[in-house]
Amino acid sequence: MSFSLDLVGPRAGIAPSNYRATAAWLDSGERRLGLALLLGLLALFPFVAGDYLVYLACVAAMTVVSVIGLNILTGYTGLLSIGHAAFNGIGAYSCAVATVKFGWPFWLAVPFGGLMAAFAGLIVGLPSLRIKGLYLAIATLAAQYLFLFAAQHWESVTGGDRGFQVAPASFFGIRLDSDMRLYWLIMPVTVLMCLAAHNLFRTRIGRSFIAVRERDYSAEVLGIDLLRTKLLAFAIASFYAGIAGALMAYFFKVVNPEQYTFTASIFQLTAIIVGGLGSVLGSILGALFMVAVPEILKAVVSALAGADAVKGAIMLASARELVFGLLIVGFLLFEPFGLAEIVRRARVSLQMWPFKT
Amino acid sequence: MNLFIEYSMVGIASGGMYALMALGFVLVFKGTGVFNFAQGELMMLGAYIFLSVNQLAGLHWSIALLATVLFALLTGVLIERTVLRALAGQPLLSIVMATVGLGLVLKGAAGLIWGQEQRTLPELVPRKPIFIGDILIPGAVFWSFVISMAVIAACLLYFRFTRGGVTMRAAASSQVNAYAVGINVPVISALTWGLAAAAGGFAGVLLAAINNLTPHLGDLALSVLAVLIVGGLDSLAGVIVGGLIIGWLQSMTGAYLGGQYREIMPFIVVLAVLLVRPHGLFGRKEIERI
Repeated sequence: MSFSLDLVGPRAGIAPSNYRATAAWLDSGERRLGLALLLGLLALFPFVAGDYLVYLACVAAMTVVSVIGLNILTGYTGLLSIGHAAFNGIGAYSCAVATVKFGWPFWLAVPFGGLMAAFAGLIVGLPSLRIKGLYLAIATLAAQYLFLFAAQHWESVTGGDRGFQVAPASFFGIRLDSDMRLYWLIMPVTVLMCLAAHNLFRTRIGRSFIAVRERDYSAEVLGIDLLRTKLLAFAIASFYAGIAGALMAYFFKVVNPEQYTFTASIFQLTAIIVGGLGSVLGSILGALFMVAVPEILKAVVSALAGADAVKGAIMLASARELVFGLLIVGFLLFEPFGLAEIVRRARVSLQMWPFKT
Repeated sequence: MNLFIEYSMVGIASGGMYALMALGFVLVFKGTGVFNFAQGELMMLGAYIFLSVNQLAGLHWSIALLATVLFALLTGVLIERTVLRALAGQPLLSIVMATVGLGLVLKGAAGLIWGQEQRTLPELVPRKPIFIGDILIPGAVFWSFVISMAVIAACLLYFRFTRGGVTMRAAASSQVNAYAVGINVPVISALTWGLAAAAGGFAGVLLAAINNLTPHLGDLALSVLAVLIVGGLDSLAGVIVGGLIIGWLQSMTGAYLGGQYREIMPFIVVLAVLLVRPHGLFGRKEIERI
């Protein structure tokens, strides 16, 4: 199997003449311009968009962080995890407990959530030396259910099924209690995490992840310590999930087991398949797409169901499952490298225009 | 002590149902090397088909059962032809996710067609309790045990003594050699899927007749993971032994640790077995030292 390494190599038509130019990733004027434009747009967005769009942007941003983590583990390292939402949950609960019970500020609580999740990831990853493939996937599934069980029954810490409320974060006396204000916490973190993930795959560690995915015993022969690499992949992926979970705790203002179920794990797996396995751009596109689809469905279903809100809600749940399933199967059959591959093709043909590729 | 024996008997008897639910997983895994996450949804679909034929069309339950099994068989063949065959040779992730996606499609479609409300199937198994000495076993548990064992025994006999069964085993043990002796492997794969789906549909009807029927019936299949891992993913005998062990363990945890541990016990067993003996009691060991 091979996946495209988007954005890592130099752009077509550029011939780097020294090592610095080869290693640069903002290697062309339009790439620098594109990044600057994107950052500018993200900074302007909350001033232009309405409340609901800002809310959606925050949800999408947190999904992006978590999905990048899953893609690092599953797309880049080839270790299938069907329990990613459990790490979101561990991050969220850790952050919430640190905020509510220890009274920590958010700039300690959010990294704490990430680190706790990373630690849990190490534990779940430990069997990966002995078991792999399907068996590892089943182990992560079991870990998911163990997490849910702990969240439901370890009531002194987690508050059981009802969960508990999280006090809003505050930054130099400004309470981050509205979506508009939280945007300025969530979006910078998301951008940083995206850039970090992108850079990861330009380093020795990131490349060794890909080597492990392609053929683990060849990687071992090349001198890559398999257990260390796999554990590191688990830790980094869970760290991303934990950060996303910690942000979710502040954003939704409540943590409970319902947010971090098996369904949420499948949702994120769908996002990396739709977006593109082994691609940071794909993770971003996939997460955005998966946040947008339910919104579109909501509009369609409410048009179909009319005024009956209860019937509409029931229909929506089933319609979501149906559409997510169709998306998974459809992308696997017809566009296995996902939206990232579509973008890549579009970009190449744009660069080559008027010639055919 | 008497109580212990009673819980054990009930647990082992309820393990029969687990074994039947696990049968479809094993058939597909053994035959085609695919772990089918949609097996639970195939069970759910079977139960709804039975319900529709039996209650809406008003046909006798035996005809409805026959129709269900046939429909499930066709669904299995269709899934293999359209999705799994196209993904042959793809990485594990694609194949696993394709079955997860299929499961979602079936669940969503069932929700849209039949709605979310709970349905009750006619009583197929007698509820009258059975007494063995002093020990009381609920009728539904006892009869589902008997039916499950009969179905699995029929499967074992089929694989042992019929031409079709032997061909399937040949194709499962080595595709290349099976081709070499003139077996049509693609047809066998499709048939394997059909057979597994039929077993799933049958298990679904039985399960829904004992519990109730909602589009979430398939979620129960995940608790069968423990049965599969204990018995070995590709062993029919393992299904029976694993099912009985898990049924017994579940009854024991329910009796002595409390009800909430019942649901989590299978997953703890899964983790423990995966760490100690990943191929289970009877599964084929794949030797790979990395």
